[in-house]
Amino acid sequence: MAFLDLFIVNKSGGLIHHRSLSEKAPQIGTNEWLRIGSTFHSLHAIAAEASPVRGKIDDGIELIESEGLVLCCFQTRTGIKFVLTAEPGTGYLQKVLKEIYVAYTDCALKDPFYELEMPIRCELFTQAVNDVMSRFGNR
Amino acid sequence: NNRTRRRKQTKNQPYSIDNNKDLLLTFIAFKMSRQTAMPTSILDRPLTRGRTEQVSLSAFGLMYSELVQYHQNRVSSIPELERRLESSGYGVGFKVLELLAFRGREAKRETRIMSILQFISVTAWKSLFGKGADSLERSLDNADEYMIFDNNPITSTFLSSHKSSADAYISGIIAGILEGAGFTARVQAVCPSADEGDARGIIGLPRRKDKAVFVVKFADKVLERDAALG
Repeated sequence: MAFLDLFIVNKSGGLIHHRSLSEKAPQIGTNEWLRIGSTFHSLHAIAAEASPVRGKIDDGIELIESEGLVLCCFQTRTGIKFVLTAEPGTGYLQKVLKEIYVAYTDCALKDPFYELEMPIRCELFTQAVNDVMSRFGNR
Repeated sequence: NNRTRRRKQTKNQPYSIDNNKDLLLTFIAFKMSRQTAMPTSILDRPLTRGRTEQVSLSAFGLMYSELVQYHQNRVSSIPELERRLESSGYGVGFKVLELLAFRGREAKRETRIMSILQFISVTAWKSLFGKGADSLERSLDNADEYMIFDNNPITSTFLSSHKSSADAYISGIIAGILEGAGFTARVQAVCPSADEGDARGIIGLPRRKDKAVFVVKFADKVLERDAALG
């Protein structure tokens, strides 16, 4: 019952933030993370196109469940994707993603020195994500 | 038949003084109804506050972020950005001083350094930011320096870097108030790390690890004048 990784992909598919949320998370290098981010972005877009039922703005991959992993994605209206991976059986994934989105709007979007679509280097955001994680009992 | 009769009654009256008075009354009635129907411009509202209004912190944060980005696109260095933000706040300071002096209805203006600084750290701060400054101290090292402490100024609440540069706006406000009151001074914002006791958190944001100190350095003439006053 633990969250593993968080990564944030911008509108064009570039990775703007990634961090591991517990020690059980796999050790992946930065380049690998960039590849994962852009691959997920492409898969998300393909899934939206291939879906038999269309219509909403936020079509695309929302949840991937497998034996070893649960992956949840939240796409904002501006095309930013917040992706959270966790061990199977972890609850509140959508809620945590929404909280992280709120933290993003507060700490990154209101910071005049943060450039949009660029990697997030705001310490306040990191601390806010830590707070969200501790509130949802991440061990 | 009824229709033709009504038409005869409403044919145009010749221009006369009575018509003019009716016109004036209808115009006044229309204007008054317009005033209650449409919101009045902020410049027409009375200066004395009927009820205290509140602005959301997020709205201020986003607008101030745009102000900083506007200046940042036009400068080539951080000190220049700080100067621009300070001059933006300078004008605000003058106007805030006038407004608060009018609303406070005080008969006398402040002439001593300590009283004008108290006015700033208590009255001006409360009017601008909703609460007084956290403390006002005199520097031990320099006789001409005073410090106003604020644990979480709203100009740098959402920032992660260059916080003292963003607080230059508040430095400008303080400098404007002082200049308007007749105390020439230079104000500088610094950002030392906060002690454990300074619990100034905003709900929803992580606790701030540093605080802001506004160092006020008065001109020599001001200090001499204050000393001469006894």
